Amino acid sequence: MELDKKLIGHTFKPFTTTVEAGKIRLFCKAIGEEDAIYSDESAAKAAGYRGITAPLTFLRALQADDPNKGGLLRLLKVDIGLILHGEQHFEYFAPVVVGDKVTCQEKVVDIYDKKGGALWFVVQEMEMKDQTGKLVAKGKGVTVVRNPDAAKK
Amino acid sequence: MTTIPKFDQVKVGDELKPLVLPPVSRHQLALYCGGSGDHNPIHVDLDFAKKFGFKDVFAHGMLSMAFLGRLVTSYAPNDKVRKLGTRFTSITWVGDVITVSGKVTGKREENGEKLIDLEVKCTNQNGQDTLQGNATVAAA
Repeated sequence: MELDKKLIGHTFKPFTTTVEAGKIRLFCKAIGEEDAIYSDESAAKAAGYRGITAPLTFLRALQADDPNKGGLLRLLKVDIGLILHGEQHFEYFAPVVVGDKVTCQEKVVDIYDKKGGALWFVVQEMEMKDQTGKLVAKGKGVTVVRNPDAAKK
Repeated sequence: MTTIPKFDQVKVGDELKPLVLPPVSRHQLALYCGGSGDHNPIHVDLDFAKKFGFKDVFAHGMLSMAFLGRLVTSYAPNDKVRKLGTRFTSITWVGDVITVSGKVTGKREENGEKLIDLEVKCTNQNGQDTLQGNATVAAA
């Protein structure tokens, strides 16, 4: 298995998703987050937020709303069972709250291998803008692809 | 409600109050699969995980990163967090007991804002780091 380095620079089709209270509630249940700013609008407003607020890493759940989800793996022709998450970084410029319409734009910025091709790394950057066009967050993720051929050697 | 850290009172080396979590369960992974939109079966379907060479299902890296987020937002309010990043350094298995800890590594001013840099990490019951991360928060 070898990943196509010509895909460096590939830009994915942007998509827009609406931040929903129910999704944040389930996300918080899963991670054990109980702060009321993530579930109660009046508590969130009392704390100075515009509305029920997205937890820091909920941004990744917004990314998962991509109607063309799995695009990276299709592009790379990689089975989902072979990937691991290597790194994730977020920069925050403004909180995202329920009702916001967030537009996500992702691109591939690097592809490289280590250990003689046993592991491949795909670096993606993401920008998120709100309904006013303001940049609210940037993300950078590293996906690790385990080369199934490496084990056979 | 989390209060804003006071820049003058914060010292490099200060430790954040750690978060000791209940053991990671299959139920939690199912909830996170639905809640995060990350439907990779490797985290919830044992047959699938075994087919790809794993002994069991394992936690989403982003579930543990959410724990880092919980720690950071217990130290500074959500809207004061400027950066959160991590490397996923080892796999978190079902049953692992994760402790989330952090400490202040720096204080600085940038663009007129007082910033505090944190080192944050997740560690399992064997003392092995599973996530090694960093965060930056704004102070008052």
